Amino acid sequence: MTTRRGFLASLLAASTLPSLSWADAGSPAFLAAAKLADGTFALHGLTAMGDTVFTIPLPARGHAATAHPDRPEAVAFARRPGIYAIILDCVTGAVLTRLAPPDGTQFNGHGSFSKDGQILYTSEVIATTSEGRVGLWDAADGYRRITSWPSGGIGPHDLKRLPGSDILVVANGGIQTDPQDRTKLNIDTMRPNLTYLDGAGSITDLIELTADYRQNSIRHLAIAADKTVAFALQWEGDPAEPAPLLGLHKLGQQPRLCAVPEAEMFVMQGYAGSIAFDPTGQEVAITSSHGGAVQIYHRDGAFLTGILRADASGIAPAPNGFLLTDGFGTISSIIDHALVPMTQGNALWDNHLVALA
Amino acid sequence: MMLRWIALCTLCATPLHADVAEAVNDYILPGYAAFADATKSLNAAAQANCAGSAVISAYQTAFDAWLGISILRFGPAEVDGRSLAIQFWPDPKSLGSKAQAAMMRNQDPAVNDPAAFAEVSVAARGLMSLERLLYPTEPLPAGDYSCALVRATTSDLARLASQIQTDWQTDFAAALQTAGASGNTRFTSKAEARQALYTALITGFEFVGDDRVGRPLGTFDKPRPDRAEARASGRSLHNVTQSLAALHQLAKALVPESPVTDAAFTRAFAMAAKVQDPTFADVNTPQGWLKAQILQQAIWTVRDATIAEIGPALNVGIGFNAADGD
Repeated sequence: MTTRRGFLASLLAASTLPSLSWADAGSPAFLAAAKLADGTFALHGLTAMGDTVFTIPLPARGHAATAHPDRPEAVAFARRPGIYAIILDCVTGAVLTRLAPPDGTQFNGHGSFSKDGQILYTSEVIATTSEGRVGLWDAADGYRRITSWPSGGIGPHDLKRLPGSDILVVANGGIQTDPQDRTKLNIDTMRPNLTYLDGAGSITDLIELTADYRQNSIRHLAIAADKTVAFALQWEGDPAEPAPLLGLHKLGQQPRLCAVPEAEMFVMQGYAGSIAFDPTGQEVAITSSHGGAVQIYHRDGAFLTGILRADASGIAPAPNGFLLTDGFGTISSIIDHALVPMTQGNALWDNHLVALA
Repeated sequence: MMLRWIALCTLCATPLHADVAEAVNDYILPGYAAFADATKSLNAAAQANCAGSAVISAYQTAFDAWLGISILRFGPAEVDGRSLAIQFWPDPKSLGSKAQAAMMRNQDPAVNDPAAFAEVSVAARGLMSLERLLYPTEPLPAGDYSCALVRATTSDLARLASQIQTDWQTDFAAALQTAGASGNTRFTSKAEARQALYTALITGFEFVGDDRVGRPLGTFDKPRPDRAEARASGRSLHNVTQSLAALHQLAKALVPESPVTDAAFTRAFAMAAKVQDPTFADVNTPQGWLKAQILQQAIWTVRDATIAEIGPALNVGIGFNAADGD
């Protein structure tokens, strides 16, 4: 017998259809953008073992992606200049919508969803000044633009949410770039920071590095379950000066920069591209495509090991360690600090490997 | 006409490049053997007389031998920071001279124990540290300590060179040449082995252009002759030509027929010959600066020729992300 309540409930369910889940997209564990053998670009869904479960064409070279927490939807960010992001249905491969930043602003390659999946946050800059913005898009209403907030600094890049909260952490890289050719304009005076924003966009904390390291651009983030924020750095000072490339921060504490042994000082060539905690949150890894290397540290900041892998790029947590992609098409496991190549294909992996929650 | 076609197709069928085995056997292994020999002779000379002309001459020979293979920034030379311990340069914060001065001030007993000296900061060891002792810009502290420091440093260099040579001979040469064989986890395909050598080549050009020439060059408004490499021993320009020669040797071993690259090398050597001052001291003058800058441009031309000619011949490229930021 159809009750009034039952009828309403089914109507409500129908109105939210199609309610597909990530299982319908093959339950990928990761997303990664790649260049394919024919020269085109695509977003891949990958299993925990690195096998491809779906491939969706991208119109141009991708950068990072972010996954909706429930719906099988991925946001793929174009590489610079960030004139669009696309929302992909990972079950059908269809482009659900394209996001264009407001006039005079550019996407900066990264984004993140709110805890309930209702809002997409994107890192953006005002093109003429590189002043940072966080764009808000309504994921419950076709990704309509809602508003934007100041990001707390110049040139924001990665932005992530503290787990279990709607506090956003933004890596304001500090670098002002020419809107056309991306020439770096303020290396002598740059001042990167790590900014925390509450769910209303108010800046609650703004963390800067000491004067010695103002030329250390804060660019990528990984956040552990206990809300420890690990940040990967890119040194813009004299490349012959050794500089730390990993920082750790927890709200209410001072940031810590992690030292490495002498033999590891220049292996990364002053460049950390991707960053990830392992599944236990005990270790954190950074990669350098420039140096062809991975460095692994303990969560307390102690250096543990260095691993060499040409064009080491994306890294993400995987059982017993990490999964690593490289620009030559290999996906490798890092288990107990040992590199084990898993798959080798024609897809040349781009900078980031994004783990689904 | 027919014959010419046949000849061309024969060329198509057999790769034009000699490849990894030739690079290992004709260039890498002899290069490390020469470096091991030269540092052994240097150490023998220093033990006999820590300040004589023999040690100076052996120092120059050992530095040349190092430049012969210093471009190989992978494998045994990169284990435990060995290449940094052999040559710590550039050193914009003068970490080397500070650490070395502290050793002399404290009469650090590590000089009497090779194992302890091997643990000393890489900045205070190697060829640049030895240069400060053999070509002092200010008189060294009186006493025997400086002499002991020379001997500890030459002994350490000989040890490092010997270790690298042994590791290549007993292990790494085989790993590179059996790339792609089952069980070879370091090089999982032949392409990876070629890639490692090609990357060494490209990185080598960048080090010569950006550092060996680029550091003293600075900018036209602010030349930095004080930043030239190995000024005290008068080797700055010589190091440029020696490392270019090493790069050429590696390029030829990998792809013997590379006429565009060869021509670019020839031009770069010619531009180096036009630089007047062996330590780039004249970059302070507009003429001197321009000559050094033309040399740097010529080095970039060789790099570009290598990328255009040798990369495709080896069927490798610069990594998808390595050449680019995020």
